Order: sequence, then C-alpha cells, then structure tokens
Amino acid sequence: MSTSNLDIARQQLLTPAGIGDDDLNKVLGRMLGYSVDSGDLYFQSTRLESWVLEDGIVKEGAHNIEQGAGVRAISGEKTGFAYSDEIILPALLQASTAARAIAKRGGEGQLQAWQAQEPRLLYQPIDPVTGMSASEKVGLLQQVDAEARRQDARIKQVVVSMAGVHEVVLVVSSDGTLAADVRPLVRFNVSVIAEHKGRREQGSAGGGGRSEYTFFTEEDRALGYAREAVRQALVNLEAVDAPAGPMTVVLGPGWPGVLLHEAVGHGLEGDFNRKGTSAFSGMIGQRVATSACTVVDDGTIRGRRGSLNVDDEGTESQNTVLIEKGILKGYMQDKLNARLMGVQSTGNGRRESYAHLPMPRMTNTYMLAGEHVPEEIIASVEKGLYAVNFGGGQVDITSGKFVFSASEAYLIEKGKITSPVKGATLIGNGPDVLKRVSMVGNDLELDSGIGTCGKEGQSIPVGVGQPTMRIDSLTVGGTNTE
Amino acid sequence: MIAGYVMSKHPVVENNDELPAQSQLDDIVGLILAEATSQGASAADAGVSVETGLSVTVRLGEVETLEYHRDQALGVTVYFGNCKGSASTSDFNEQAVRESVQAACDIARYTSEDDCAGLADAELMAREIPDLDLYHPWGLSAEQAIDRALDCESAARELDTRITNSEGATLSSHVGLRVSGNTHGFAGGYRSSRHSVSCAVIGEQDGQMQRDYWYAAARDSGDMSSAADVGRIASERTLRRLGSRSLKTREAPVIFAAELASGLFGGFISAVRGGSQYRQSSFLLDYLGKQVFPEFMHIHEQPLLKKAMGSAPFDAEGVATRPRDLIRDGILESYVLDTYSARKLGMQTTGNAGGVHNLTIDHGPNDLRGLMKEMDTGLLVTELMGQGVNIVTGDYSRGAAGFWVEGGEIQYPVDEITIAGNLREMFLNIVDVGNDVDLRGNTRTGSVLVEKMMIAGNS
Repeated sequence: MSTSNLDIARQQLLTPAGIGDDDLNKVLGRMLGYSVDSGDLYFQSTRLESWVLEDGIVKEGAHNIEQGAGVRAISGEKTGFAYSDEIILPALLQASTAARAIAKRGGEGQLQAWQAQEPRLLYQPIDPVTGMSASEKVGLLQQVDAEARRQDARIKQVVVSMAGVHEVVLVVSSDGTLAADVRPLVRFNVSVIAEHKGRREQGSAGGGGRSEYTFFTEEDRALGYAREAVRQALVNLEAVDAPAGPMTVVLGPGWPGVLLHEAVGHGLEGDFNRKGTSAFSGMIGQRVATSACTVVDDGTIRGRRGSLNVDDEGTESQNTVLIEKGILKGYMQDKLNARLMGVQSTGNGRRESYAHLPMPRMTNTYMLAGEHVPEEIIASVEKGLYAVNFGGGQVDITSGKFVFSASEAYLIEKGKITSPVKGATLIGNGPDVLKRVSMVGNDLELDSGIGTCGKEGQSIPVGVGQPTMRIDSLTVGGTNTE
Repeated sequence: MIAGYVMSKHPVVENNDELPAQSQLDDIVGLILAEATSQGASAADAGVSVETGLSVTVRLGEVETLEYHRDQALGVTVYFGNCKGSASTSDFNEQAVRESVQAACDIARYTSEDDCAGLADAELMAREIPDLDLYHPWGLSAEQAIDRALDCESAARELDTRITNSEGATLSSHVGLRVSGNTHGFAGGYRSSRHSVSCAVIGEQDGQMQRDYWYAAARDSGDMSSAADVGRIASERTLRRLGSRSLKTREAPVIFAAELASGLFGGFISAVRGGSQYRQSSFLLDYLGKQVFPEFMHIHEQPLLKKAMGSAPFDAEGVATRPRDLIRDGILESYVLDTYSARKLGMQTTGNAGGVHNLTIDHGPNDLRGLMKEMDTGLLVTELMGQGVNIVTGDYSRGAAGFWVEGGEIQYPVDEITIAGNLREMFLNIVDVGNDVDLRGNTRTGSVLVEKMMIAGNS
C-alpha cells in the first residue's frame, strides 16, 4: 500500500520539529487537566501559487507558504482558542495554556485512545504546484488568452489567472480522533471586456476542483472557459434594462444553485439553529419546500471543489439530506454544535486555517433532479425572467431574506427566451422561496468549481448545483417597470 | 454584569500587547533584500508585519469564545530587469526567508518583460516617517475584555422584552507593527492598534424575527463609545426593524445611512483606480477633468490624519503619502494610482499602492433628520445585501432594508426590497451629504441623499 495521508501529514507537520505521539498527548493532557471537556490540535501546512496574464503577457506570479497549529479547548458551550505559526512543542504548550483559560473549574474531560482512520480517498494526495512546469503553466495561460481574443474582434481586454493549493492537515482530538488529509485544489479564471460602439461589458468564466493543473487541459476545459467568458460579454453587449418587481423566475442549471446556498444552506447550519437565530430554527419535520425539492449537502463527490476526505475535525465527510421532498430533514453539524444539540457531526466542521476556529459549513450543496425537461419549464412561463449566471449572494440568517445577483439573464415572453437583460439582484425569503418551486428539471448540473463561501470572516471553497427550476414569484431588482 | 465567571483561579495568559522591537523586523527586511540581490535580482521590495491581540465573544451572559491571535507575515517582490515575481510566508526563520526569495526569483524567470514593472521612483520614497499617533495598546486582560463584552450584551438584552435572543457581543483588541523596505534604500515602519466592540441581538414580534448590530472601532479605546452604548444602539436598531414589510415597486429618493454610504464611494474609488482605467474596466473611463458629482461636492484624501483608521505615512510601495483632492467642485481631479498603473497611463503614482487613506467626503449642515426633511418622501436605507455593483457599466442593484419616510418622518420599517440605478447617474443625483460622519472606517462620510432610484418590492 502506498504512503497514507496520515504518514504524509506526520512526516510533513510533526517530524521536522521532532514532535511525537507522547508530545501530542502531553499537550492535550495539559488542557484536560484543567477540566476542559475536550480539546483538539489542528496542524496545517499550505502552499499556494498563482499566475496572472494580462495584456497578452504573464505579468505576475506569487508563491505563499503558511504553516501552523491551532489549539482548541472546549468546556460546555465555551471555546478557548490559540494558535502558533511555529510547529514546535513549546509553542503548542503555550497555546494550550492560553486555550484552556476558558474552563471554569475542574472537569470531566478524558483523553481517549487515538484511533487512526484511513478514509476513502475522493482525490489523490498530489501537489498541483509541482505537477506542471513553470513554462507549461505560462504556455497554458497564453494559449487561453489567444483563444479568447480570436473569438471576436470586440474583445479588448483579457485577464487569465490560474492558482493551485497544496494543503496538508492533521487533526488530533481528546475524543480519540486521529486523522489527516492531503488536499489539492486548483482554480482557473478568464475575464474579458468586450467593446462595441462605446459600450463596454464584461464576461467571466472559470472552474477547478481537487485535482492538478492537467484538469484544465483535459477536455480543453481552459479553452472552454475562454469561449464562455467571451460569449457572456457579447450577450451583455445586447442587454436591455432588467425588469423591476415580482415575477416568475426560471433558474438555469449548475451555478444558479447559489440560490440554495443562500436561501436555505446557511440557515441550516447547526450553529445558527442551536442558538435559535436562524429563520429555520426548530423547523425539522416541517414543510419548507414543495415536494419537488430534495436538497443535499454532499462532501463525498470525487474531485469536487467542496469535497473533503475528512473535515477539519477529522470526521469523514458525508452526504447529508437537508430537505427531502419538501420536508426539512436535518442540519449540517460540526462536533461542538452536534454535541450541544444531541446529534452526531455530519462532517461539516470546517475552518479557513489553523488560525481560525471550525464552524458548521457547507461542502457541495445541491438539489436533486426532477422530472421536467428544461424546455417544458421555459415554455410554461407567460412572462418572466430566465437567469443562467450569477455573481454571488448573501443572506440574513435571522430574517431569512436573501439576495443573489444575476450576471446573465433573459426575458421570457410567451414561453420563449427573448432579450438578454442587464444584471440584477433577486431578493426573496429563504423559508418561503422553495415553497414556490413549481417545476424542477431533469438536468442536474454542479457548478464548474468556482465557489468561495464567507462566514464570520472565514473563506472556504464550496460547490453548488441544481437542475433548471421554476420559481413562481421572486422579486427582481431591475430598473424597468414597463 | 453577569457574575460567576472566575478566570483567575488558573494561570491566565494576559492579552499579549507585546510586539517585537522594530529593529528585529528591520533585520528581516534587510535579510530579504540582501538575499534577493545575491540571488541576482536587480531590485526588490520587502514587507514584514506582526499582529497580536485577543478577541472574546460572550453570548447570553456567558463566554462563548476566547481567542488569542498572533499573526506574522513577510512578503517579497523581486525584479529581474522588468520581470517580476512575488512570494510570502508566515515563517520568519532564515531558511524560510531564503526559500521564499528563491520562490519569487524562480517565478520572475518565467514572467514576461513589462516596461511598466519595477519599484516606484526613488525620489518619491518616504524619507521621514511622521508619527501619526496610531499606536494605543488597550492593555486589557482577558477577564477585563470579557467584562466589557458582558456589559455590552447585557445593555442590549435589558433594553426591551422583545429582545429574545442574541448573537453575542465581541470585543477585539489588536496591535501591529509593519516594516517595509526596498533596494532604493527606503526603510520605514510604524506601530498601530485597532480596537472594536460589537453586538448583534435578535428581536421578535408577531412571529417575525429581526436582527441588527452596531459596533464601535478606534485606534485608541478612549475614543470609542462605551460598551454599554454599543449594546443599547444594537438593540434599538433591532427593535426598530420589527414589523418590517416589503414595498410596492416604485421610483423614489433614497438616503444611504452614513454607515452604508462609504460603499457608494467605494464604487467611485474602484472606477477611478488606475487598474480599472488601464484595463478599460470602468464606468468612469477617461473621466479625468470631467464632472462626476454635483458641483457642491468635494472629496479628498487625508493620509496623515492623527489617530484615524485609514492613516499611513507611506503606501505599500514606500511612497510618501500626502493629502490631496480627488473631487473638487464635482470634477475628477486625479485617479487613484500605484506605480504600475500610473506608468501604464503615462502618469505619476499618487501614493495609493494598497488603497486610499481616509477618503473624506465634505458635508453640508444637515444631520440625518435634516436630510429626511429634505427628502420628504422616500426610502432611508440602513442595510444593503449582495454584491450587485458592476464597475464596468456602473449598473447597481442590491438588496436593501430600512425605513419608509413620509413628511420627513419614519413611517415603518421595510425589507425584502431591492434598490437599483446606475452609479454614474446616482453620483450626479446626490442632493446632500449629512454631517453625521462615520469615523469608524477608512471612508469618512455622512448620510447621502440621492434624488431617485428604482425600488422593487413584492407587495
């Protein structure tokens, strides 16, 4: 058998400082000695590189290395946290002293014997940064730039960027968890400006996943991003003012699943529900969507941007049903919130880095396919909006109000897609919006691997997806009231 | 105060306000530059920073998290003639520094010749580093920080029985030291501090839940409103949102409350930034000398303001910062440029590598009430959602919440609406800027009244 992730992680994170199992025991033991219920250590090393092409030349490249360890002590609902960007024993002991300061008085914490897990591999432990030579990387960027420019003479500016991350994590917890993960992540983006008769519009496209850079040369993916960015910019050159007011909205498949992420995803994260601050608090078992809607959060899809072999608490990622045929089934949990709510972690404990605390976070969130062909859904709309591409979104967890901003949309008139309209923000109410989903397509797609989710200042890679979907009424924030 | 939290029984690490001596970071900058030169770079630029502090969050009268922060980073940019490479790391040991410089040099071997790449001109470097009075450590122990956060949250929760839940109150206190240098011989550094207290509470009425928040932030804790005031204001803001409803789609005047108006001017800065200009990605392309705002408006930068949140003696390239006008009598006087974008445009850097410093919008005599009287009927926006601002076209469409105003008085709270327009027109349609200036951030503006926008709602 080849070297396991655990071996790789020990080798990279612990061996250089001569830290052994006894030392880890000592650090955890010191915390529990102060009657902390549980504690964990999170070791992480990340290497990131990025390349940017602009004006037809590769202008910039950057390289970043970070490593460190986070020490967390939990006592009831309290969390003490400290971290160090040096992985050495004295720094770990100092951090554990700081973290345990949270505990009130003598406690029950017990150190469990570690049980190393060897989970299934959803992606290979590769380092994308070293997987392709620098001249090949530069060549790929140039090839994509040329592809974008040759599409249309109206393309005036092209910016192409490519980034790769190699991340190694090791989690040791007083509950007996000993787990490691080696996570590659690559990302490619093309953005273009098209100009015609004094009007300028942009288009952008990209993708990526837990893979290596060859992902972009396979199936000509990177060239496809160039063509897609150009197509969007040219469509936007023709766009008329977007309508304003409530109307029927049909969302295209794939990335428009950002609706699910904002409208229901965040509201179903365990922390908000434990605290009762979510518009979905206490609604398990209730109808929150039409029976056409089944929504899952699935961290187990091979190679996806939001996938994880184990989460940042060492729990295997899962496929968690959030909404089944319209009924709210479950929340996404990390260990802390799961324990306080009397359930099991769903493998959604994620953190931006060793310097941040884990929280319940999404992985790949999507709606399962329905029975309608997409053409039938469009044809069913007398007058409405067909939105196929979005920028991003945001949600107010408590009131349930959410927005997401269309970057490519069309009018639907008498069952036909007609003029493209300018970008507009769509706004709705999370607990209501899926109750207005009257048709779900049979064309489930996941996004191309571009999503980043921000929560309490922490950014992590996520995925979304959905089939074509008809929402009977949603407020469109355009400027045209005709 | 919620009693019963005993921290002193155990050895407690006090808030560590200790920063390394500047000479230590100077040495690292020196090592980076020497290493870059010895690896063959013709020019190099280095920055090293250390930040330390703590943050505590209390919720429902109990401590929820206590976090100790210590972050350090170093960055290097090397030039081999006109080819550029960059690298950064959190590891300060000599071996890691060498490897980072090596990584930057390796990249520079593959980037292209670019006439405009390089350090800023030597004569623009900051020579004297003025003391801008930015460093005021608070010196709170974790216990004291927790007490203040508890004061804040209890003031919020005790205000009204409709406040039924809380996301908590957070106190955070950080100090930092930043040192920069380059192969022109520039070397400079300064310490700074940043403290904040914030609170978010949830109110409930007739089955509707609403949340709002408030915060105080300053370089010097003595310049901040009290923790209890922050809690009380957070609570008042939540309460006044209870009973929110949507609006009917209509065109109406809009007031952007001061705490949101900075975002409008953020759109302006994005459009006049050198990068947006040379990439032709701006709705204000080639607007130098043209009218962007109404004639009564003046916008300027005050980088050397004592104690202010956006002050800095030099920019990210070591260029001395200086006060200057961006908008005079509504006319665009200057772009916002770093060295690279300036050279692309055939201009000189404006000392804005890394952004603007204390962007200041001059205001009239009216307070927010005065603005509402002036508006008479329209929308007061107190929250915006989403990213719907297109800097290439100026198209603007965002989710909003706030209050419907008639006869200059608030009538009822509104949410689940959008406001839309085009920034170019919105800027020209600004009617007044209030004197209720928000000093907590890098943009210093009062509330802004815009003559008309399209409001979409579902009722």
